[in-house]
Amino acid sequence: MTTPVVGWTEQIARARLHVVSGKGGTGKSTVAGALALALSTGGRRVLLVEVEGRQGIAQLFDTQPLPYSEEKVATTPGGGEVRALHVDVEAALMEYLAMFYNLGFAGRTLRKMGAIEFATTLAPGLRDVLLTGKIKECVTRTDDTGRHVYDAVVVDAPPTGRIVKFLDVTKAMADLAKVGPIKGQSDGVVRLLHSGDTAVHLVTLLEEMPVRETVEAVGELDGADLRPGAIILNRVRPHRLPTRSVTAAADGRVDAGRVRDGLVAAGLALADDVVEGLVAETVEHAVRVQAEQRAREQLAEVDLPAVELADLVDGVDPAALYELAEAMVEQGVR
Amino acid sequence: MSVLDVDALIDDPRTHVLVCCGSGGVGKTTTAASIAVRAAERGRKTVVLTIDPARRLAQALGLEELGNTPKQVAVDGFTPTGGLSAMMLDMRRTFDDMVIAHAGEVRADEVLSNPFYKTISSSFSGTQEYMAMEKLGQLAAEGTWDLIIVDTPPSRSALDFLDAPQRLSTALDGRMIKLLTGPVKAGGWGLRKVVSGAFGLFAKAVSTIVGGQLLADASAFVQAFDGMFGGFRERARKTYELLRSSGTAFIVVAAPEPDALREASYFVERLEAESMPLAGLVVNRTHPVLAHLPSAKALAAAENLEAAGKAPLASAVLRLHADRVALAQRERRLVNRFTKAHPSVALAHVPAMATDVHDIHGLRAIGERLAGSAT
Repeated sequence: MTTPVVGWTEQIARARLHVVSGKGGTGKSTVAGALALALSTGGRRVLLVEVEGRQGIAQLFDTQPLPYSEEKVATTPGGGEVRALHVDVEAALMEYLAMFYNLGFAGRTLRKMGAIEFATTLAPGLRDVLLTGKIKECVTRTDDTGRHVYDAVVVDAPPTGRIVKFLDVTKAMADLAKVGPIKGQSDGVVRLLHSGDTAVHLVTLLEEMPVRETVEAVGELDGADLRPGAIILNRVRPHRLPTRSVTAAADGRVDAGRVRDGLVAAGLALADDVVEGLVAETVEHAVRVQAEQRAREQLAEVDLPAVELADLVDGVDPAALYELAEAMVEQGVR
Repeated sequence: MSVLDVDALIDDPRTHVLVCCGSGGVGKTTTAASIAVRAAERGRKTVVLTIDPARRLAQALGLEELGNTPKQVAVDGFTPTGGLSAMMLDMRRTFDDMVIAHAGEVRADEVLSNPFYKTISSSFSGTQEYMAMEKLGQLAAEGTWDLIIVDTPPSRSALDFLDAPQRLSTALDGRMIKLLTGPVKAGGWGLRKVVSGAFGLFAKAVSTIVGGQLLADASAFVQAFDGMFGGFRERARKTYELLRSSGTAFIVVAAPEPDALREASYFVERLEAESMPLAGLVVNRTHPVLAHLPSAKALAAAENLEAAGKAPLASAVLRLHADRVALAQRERRLVNRFTKAHPSVALAHVPAMATDVHDIHGLRAIGERLAGSAT
């Protein structure tokens, strides 16, 4: 293995806002859910935030679709707790406006007329401004005693292609609105997202395209002075072949005679077509192993800590989520 | 469970438009390109409209850059009897062309130079979808092609491209912008008064947030755009009708994964609701078992060999076979869940290629796998 697995660094452990991104189809929502569980270990309270409006958290934890409020979705041994928030952009806008203007019940009517949809269309960045603003509010919220309400906040964020734009939208919009409420809020959001309190984790599979996007995203994050956290290798499948056999097998050179002899030694006398099938499967396996090896080498270039999660053959249900969280904790996630 | 017969579909002279849709990352673009290659080699004069192909796939089709018109695919070892052209959608140029066509030169200049137009035409989330449909309409109107194959944008949700024209229409509709920028009319009956009063506040709030300049630009844009509006609507309606016509077929592409199949389900339901012609579901990148040997038997034998310290190659082969059986079972379970909910939808399975595809041979191989389901 060429990726140095250094797990969770001190620096990442200090972060309170964990942003989880990744190419579509890499399982970033699942990873975000597992990360929230892992961080809640030891009696901590964690908020898991969903911003893309697809109710993925509800499916993940097998609950009813979430309303726009912070709902408890899981507990962990030692008194830990995960709450989830599904941010509804329209509700967030009303909430935001209510902070500065008294719209009264007419707000609901405006909503029905599509005025808010229109406003967010007019300024596409507005949606992201509201989302990051809400996230910041959750991260910095304190109780009566001045303690943070949440020990950590995990965000199931937009995919790698949009992540920098999403996180830096407030900066872009702040230039548009030089006065008014947005200005006052934006400074705080920019400061939080660019500080050591925030880590941006990137989920990838060991495949060519997701890895390339991950490497590109790291470059973009660095360029925008945002902090990449860990690479999370998701759905890692086992390698079965002895290392010395991989190259030959990937080239289609599998010694069928030797395989057959071995099978006979194990008491399996198989028909020719079955042995041929096994050989074909072996070649495909070897090609995949090689591709994964190349992917690891490419990832090693970005030099970030990495966490590995094994592929769960039976799919992801709430129980499997705990399993993934446990694997994270074992690799140092805290 | 019925089988999706891709060859019958592309050979049928009545099939004029094939739309490949599905959520992001399922191999939609590659599937569209593979079907195009196959159709061309089976004698149809084919064009494929891709949206955002991976660089190497684009190269496989001889597309080095965005070109807003189809270009004949000229690659060594590829001499289809029907002919194949390909293009990549240039969203901005398609929009520009549309404005110019509808507005006349003077007003077009005014619209094209408006800052708000630049925002709408490059970063509004539905623009790409809308322009893909616009381009499809144009290609269909040309009448040059036997078969047009369209890839759909890599949206968050597979449904976006059906909704985009409507959303963009709402955004460009003058009604809202007038409410935000025009003077608030007093009077009228109770609720309206309250609402317009709130609109005044709301307009103030919005202009504080998005900036007064942006609102002013938007207002100027909408005024300049006003006259063109009917034309835009009319075209969107025509494309919608084209999608519903009998010459069109939708192919939904999904990976054998829960999320992708869930999206595929939504999509199938939506197509039914809109009476749009669904040809079937392509389950892409499956891992069928290639050797008939029960997993339990393979694992027991592997354990024997490992305990005896013998034949490491054979035990590795047995274990990777057991992994594959488990993977194939999961995929089958997920697909079964889909077919239970949608028993009438025809299916084709495409076994995964060992490596990424980036040339015509690879596309041809996928086409063979795709058609292989029917034999």
